[in-house]
Amino acid sequence: MEPGEIHALLGENGAGKSTLMNVLYGLLQPDEGEILVDDEPVQIRSPRDAINVGIGMVHQHFMLVPVFTVAENVMLGAEKVRGGIAGFLDRRRARREVEEVSTRYGLRVDPDAVVEDLPVGIQQRVEIVKALTREVDLLILDEPTAVLTPQETDELLAVMRSLKESGKSIVFITHKLGEVKAIADRITVIRRGRTVATATPDASRDELAALMVGRSVSLTVTKLPKEPGPPVLRVEGLVVNDERGHQAVAGVDLEVHAGEVLGIAGVQGNGQTELVEAIMGLRPVLAGTVTLDGQRIDGWSAKKVLHAGVGYVPEDRSVDGLVKEFTVAENLVLDIYDRPPFGSRGVLRPDAIAASAKERIAQFDVRTPSHDATVGTLSGGNQQKVIVAREMSRPLKVFIAAQPTRGVDVGSIEFIHSRIVHERSVDTAVLLVSSELDEVIGLADRIAVMYRGRILAVVPPDTPREEIGLLMAGVVQEEG
Amino acid sequence: MTGVSTITAEEIAVAPVETGFWTRSRKVGVGLAAAGVLAAIVFGALATSQTARFTLSEDAQGAALSIDGTFGAILFGLIAAVAGAAMFTDRWFPWLLGVGIVGFVLSFLCWQISDAPAGQNFMPLVNMVRGTFLLAVPLIFGALAGVLCERSGVVNVAIEGQLLMGAFAGALVGTMAASAWIGLIAAAIGGAFVSLLLAIFTIRYLVDQVVMGIVLNLLALGLTGFLYERLMQTDQAKYNQPPHFGSWEIPLLKDIPVLGPALFRSNLFLYLALILVLVVHIALFRTRWGLRTRSVGEHPTAADTLGVRVLGLRYRNVLLAGVVAGIGGASYTLLLYSFTKNMIGGKGFIALAALIFGRWSPTGALLAALFFGFADQLGVYLGAINSIIPSQFLAMLPYLATILAVAGLVGRVRAPAADGKPYIKG
Repeated sequence: MEPGEIHALLGENGAGKSTLMNVLYGLLQPDEGEILVDDEPVQIRSPRDAINVGIGMVHQHFMLVPVFTVAENVMLGAEKVRGGIAGFLDRRRARREVEEVSTRYGLRVDPDAVVEDLPVGIQQRVEIVKALTREVDLLILDEPTAVLTPQETDELLAVMRSLKESGKSIVFITHKLGEVKAIADRITVIRRGRTVATATPDASRDELAALMVGRSVSLTVTKLPKEPGPPVLRVEGLVVNDERGHQAVAGVDLEVHAGEVLGIAGVQGNGQTELVEAIMGLRPVLAGTVTLDGQRIDGWSAKKVLHAGVGYVPEDRSVDGLVKEFTVAENLVLDIYDRPPFGSRGVLRPDAIAASAKERIAQFDVRTPSHDATVGTLSGGNQQKVIVAREMSRPLKVFIAAQPTRGVDVGSIEFIHSRIVHERSVDTAVLLVSSELDEVIGLADRIAVMYRGRILAVVPPDTPREEIGLLMAGVVQEEG
Repeated sequence: MTGVSTITAEEIAVAPVETGFWTRSRKVGVGLAAAGVLAAIVFGALATSQTARFTLSEDAQGAALSIDGTFGAILFGLIAAVAGAAMFTDRWFPWLLGVGIVGFVLSFLCWQISDAPAGQNFMPLVNMVRGTFLLAVPLIFGALAGVLCERSGVVNVAIEGQLLMGAFAGALVGTMAASAWIGLIAAAIGGAFVSLLLAIFTIRYLVDQVVMGIVLNLLALGLTGFLYERLMQTDQAKYNQPPHFGSWEIPLLKDIPVLGPALFRSNLFLYLALILVLVVHIALFRTRWGLRTRSVGEHPTAADTLGVRVLGLRYRNVLLAGVVAGIGGASYTLLLYSFTKNMIGGKGFIALAALIFGRWSPTGALLAALFFGFADQLGVYLGAINSIIPSQFLAMLPYLATILAVAGLVGRVRAPAADGKPYIKG
């Protein structure tokens, strides 16, 4: 790393990017090898050591205390105090420090705002301010754009440039090729824990993708044009609350037709999760209706909804999609374990379960040592394939996929996308929720943009990214 | 910086939520109004036309607030009902709730006092206030021990055991050393000993914190019970006649009417409890230690990435909690009595209730402890005037109040986010 350099670290999920950076930041200890700072070998045993040698890190999952104010979060661990051993906090100085740093680098934040009330984009600024007040020379940004709108991403890139101009170095961890090409001075590609190449931003997207995955991949999804059929899933005036009792879905109308993919774009946390869970019967519907083929299904249990012909890939696979301690075979029959041939009169039929599992493991290309392996030991991509296999084994009218490729390797992404396109071709109505705009644009026939619990607009997939980005930020353009 | 910010904090600030007509304030209002009307009717009917006197002294003498029993019961009941009805405006919730509860209690008292045997139709307020505070003392210490522990993310169900161990160690060592002060130090160490076990097993060995707390309570009960029977009972004079702290009057403050005689002609433990509430409050919200404690209780991983030593801080706070609870336990044996088996008798669990009712804050815990202390004292008073209300009903009050609090009727109760969760690095 040179001073004033932006170095991109590119690699797939699970390639070892975050592990490497956690070692640099002292959260994990290396088994072998050494770290050099200013040509001196250093031992980084804890985050405190890392800060002392000038390394700061913005984690993928923000390290902020939600109930603290911005200033409290920034000063934690490096508090300015008065009164000797009593250690009274000097809040005024802390506040001034936040204001100083935020004006110097153009990172506008209110030091007295409580963090949990701030949108993620601002929370990320707080993280950056936190690192900068510790006067670090090297800033590690771990997947910083995963939760941002395109506009917020542009702002972040601008901040990174201004940091670079003031002589800070930045390690930028990502798997998004466009951003890398836009900002990096140098690119290191890692795969399965090894550096496989060092490249410059001139390298083409396809070259970089091939380096990342180790073979050439098709980045675009091929799907044939198709006339959509009649509407299958219809949502009208839906109102749903989140866990805290706040209204998360505020009157949503949607229609998904047979043989079409309706994509829901939007920054995470704008009510997508609650919308899908309400459709699935996992969350009470406060107002409005959900109909499947003309039949009201709101108020039904999730089990009834599933067996009425709805397939569901939940957002958080390890919590809602799988029982991690169960085997692959057991997870594959979670929906139908109580029906013949898998179970009858309250007794499971292990032979039938195993046979069906073997068949589906082959069909859905699940890489697992055996059907008896615990699901928790599989990689993210293969866990996701287990869910997709289970959900696609029932006769489907509607397929709902929430963030189906989050934390999934490129090979599995390709596979899952092809299965979604396949469902579309057999006249299933597909509802795809994703915060990855590229994924939505690539797969959807129509894109509904969700912002603060409402659908702001439904647009065709050839709409310019910038326009969709503005909608995701809640900006509705007036018709000229 | 280039580009214009598209989102500002102000735009996104969480919008007030519409939860329909039946807001919490209105739901509670209906209950309170109903209770008030019921009080006016029932207590009004049961009350006699004797005058109910609230004397500003320790007995029937001196200035007093007097009111006709029947009239008072109806009047205060209606005040509670009006406060309940006013909650439909959706404003001033805490104030109206306070007025409503006080109105209900006064209505009840008007009945009880006017119904008392002739010559006893008075309630000595000085006694009531003093009793409330004295009965609250162990609860305050216990609840503060809970605050110290749980704000750093370790659930403290072992308060009962810490109090008991403190009481025992204070009695034993205090007697043997013939010094109340040495007894006090021993009590602190006794409480810290229970805490040390809690800390080692929950922080180092990741045992479930609630289970560990319950086990420690049983251990403390068994250990002190055994030593009481086998050691103390053999020679009470040698092992179980602890010296007691006397009462200390505080100049000037002792001359304040009502509060002076009730609070400032009191003992070391009450003063210490009140000072500790203030100290813990300031330390928790104004100092570096407090900021770090709260961060470790809310988001230990974040604290760790900023160089805060999570486990060390938790050990320190759990031990400190043991010291505080141990001193609280000593208020049993170094003030009035000698040690007896299971002498805490569940007060540790009421302290836990006070902690939750007080929403994990030192001042909230104080208020909750005083509320529970008042319920206790009211039971004593009602017993003295031969009330038909069984004292067991009042003894249930703390638990009932806690259930209501946890159910969210008195406001959102939010525990520290990482409370009860062990921290595993990496």
